[in-house]
Amino acid sequence: MSVPLTLLGLLEREPSHGYDLKRDYDTLFGRGKPLPFGQVYATLGRLARDGKVVVGEAEPGDGPDRKRYVITDAGATEFETWLGEPVAAEPHLQTVLFTKVVLALMLGRDAERYLDTQRAAHLARMRELTEVKRTGSLVDALLADHGLFHLESDLRWIDLTAARLDALRTEVTTR
Amino acid sequence: MTDTKGTGPVLEAEGVHLSFGSTPALRGADLTVERGEILAVMGPSGSGKSTLLHCLAGILVPDAGEIRFDGRRIDGLGESERSALRRDRFGFVFQFGQLVPELTAEENVALPLLLGGMRRAAAVQRARSWFGRLGLDGLEQRRSGELSGGQAQRVALARGLVAEPEILFTDEPTGALDSLTGEQVMALLVSAAREQGTTVLLVTHDARVAAYADREVVVRDGRVNSYSSPRVGS
Repeated sequence: MSVPLTLLGLLEREPSHGYDLKRDYDTLFGRGKPLPFGQVYATLGRLARDGKVVVGEAEPGDGPDRKRYVITDAGATEFETWLGEPVAAEPHLQTVLFTKVVLALMLGRDAERYLDTQRAAHLARMRELTEVKRTGSLVDALLADHGLFHLESDLRWIDLTAARLDALRTEVTTR
Repeated sequence: MTDTKGTGPVLEAEGVHLSFGSTPALRGADLTVERGEILAVMGPSGSGKSTLLHCLAGILVPDAGEIRFDGRRIDGLGESERSALRRDRFGFVFQFGQLVPELTAEENVALPLLLGGMRRAAAVQRARSWFGRLGLDGLEQRRSGELSGGQAQRVALARGLVAEPEILFTDEPTGALDSLTGEQVMALLVSAAREQGTTVLLVTHDARVAAYADREVVVRDGRVNSYSSPRVGS
């Protein structure tokens, strides 16, 4: 999963401190693997260097980090582009799909359209693999089948998620 | 039958509405099917995909909207004209119960030709030619109760294609088959349709079946969503 783009997505919602970003990331996307503080600040530093975020003045208060990070137009554009693109249709990418759907719902974007675009990308890849099966050797077919079953599993997840979008939207936006 | 083929889309639906009682099944469905393409119509249960197929095939008449076959409206035709269209220009393969149990496999395949007025000997001869193509050699005299599910579905496929229809309408053609048999039936269906240039409208909820098509549309809440090939990122 792309940590920089996910942090940009969280900043697209509202300017935040590093601590708040880590907390939200861990709650929504960490799934038992919290993001180390060092990685949060290193990533924010790179995003600032590349003009994707700007760092506000240090604010008075307790704790080491009282700087507020704000996404720039360039950062917002990069995030928007990433969010709108389907993920390459390869097996085992459920985490990225999951992240995109949660961020789209949180930010009030058209998550259904994203799922539709992703479904089309998966089916396009499945067509390619099916053609390999039809025209290739049995060994080719065996490999193609492995990919097809994994892609089909993703598609089932996409369909189920699409059917649950309203309830998911409520849950994600009321956290 | 193929000499009447024109140019442009072979089949179109525009603003099609149909309700069963007070329950709307189609709510402004639009669809264009190009000649010779294999199009998968996907969607969740109850989305209206089978109803759309039935409207396009002239089995059901929409409450509103237009269905055009070869550029000609068919939604206003009477039952006898639509019946002739289905018999002479269209073929059908469904999921269950398609073979007439009293007839042999080859008589089942010959049925559309006999109903179209072909002489029995010629119809049976043409029907027999399909048994080798679909791996059914030796099963010509069996009745449906003596065929496996996969064999029966291949016989149904032969019957759907024997009259060289311009469009083959098929609804969950592998729904009752195991994975491997279903794949064999789909591979045969696609090869046979491509060989004779038949357009195929394939209704399915199964992505692995839809992957045999050239493209797919998704029916949701009685409307058709179509997607262009997306740009893929990371």
